[in-house]
Amino acid sequence: MNPLRNTIYNCKQATFLIEKKQIKKLSFREVIFLKIHFIQCTVCKLYEKQSIAIGRLVRQLFHDATQKPETHLGDDVKHDMQERINEELNKN
Amino acid sequence: MASENQRPDPRQWVMAHADYLYNYALSRLNNEEQAKDLVQETFLAALEKVDKFEGKSSERTWLTAILKNKVIDVYRKKSSGLRPTEDVKEAEHDQQDFFDAEDGHWNVNNRPKAFGVENCDPLVDKEFNHILQRCMQKLPALWMAVFTMKHIDDATTDIICTELKVTQANFWVIIHRAKLNLRACLQKNWI
Repeated sequence: MNPLRNTIYNCKQATFLIEKKQIKKLSFREVIFLKIHFIQCTVCKLYEKQSIAIGRLVRQLFHDATQKPETHLGDDVKHDMQERINEELNKN
Repeated sequence: MASENQRPDPRQWVMAHADYLYNYALSRLNNEEQAKDLVQETFLAALEKVDKFEGKSSERTWLTAILKNKVIDVYRKKSSGLRPTEDVKEAEHDQQDFFDAEDGHWNVNNRPKAFGVENCDPLVDKEFNHILQRCMQKLPALWMAVFTMKHIDDATTDIICTELKVTQANFWVIIHRAKLNLRACLQKNWI
């Protein structure tokens, strides 16, 4: 088997580098690998687009969870929580 | 809402921050009871060191930092970095189908297809977010921990590896696998 086929066309390796790239600067070798891989692999190109978009959507989801919360603690739960705090405060 | 750089006022904490902290914990743990307990613990832990609060950050930021550490404690307990747990084994098994074992090409059935997220306009859809949440919940505890610490909290790789006791090499493998699984789950459930 042609060793080049085994490396440069390896989508598992390419997606690994696509993930790494979003966190850390790739080495020169890795950059070249991805560039060549993308020339012939539209699937991995699509993967990169989706991967970046998913990262953005997840951040948005977590941001909204605290900024526009849909779940609230019940008044009784909150009351108990404040009571516990007051108890501690009154100890001093 | 508490204003910045003031002395903390524990008698207002619950009213001012409980919902915020609760949702912070809930989004990371997906367990209402656990999230509630952590919020209570956070308030009590904060009380103990309230004298040390210097007002350099807002009261909320300070409380959130305490809660964040408690969430990491839960992650750590749920997952051991040394031996693969059942959930990890299962998720890894699902992944064997993604690529050809021989040449690393995408297998035909698992190849990425366009399913809407790749368009630039932000896809703000309740139903989509629901699926996204469900897909995240399916990730093994350790993967979820690494994923959220990196992508949401912007923790450095070194901190994540130390806190969760994973090696650098394993860190990258998890980052890769978590996204592969999440993407596949979204494609499967959203199309």
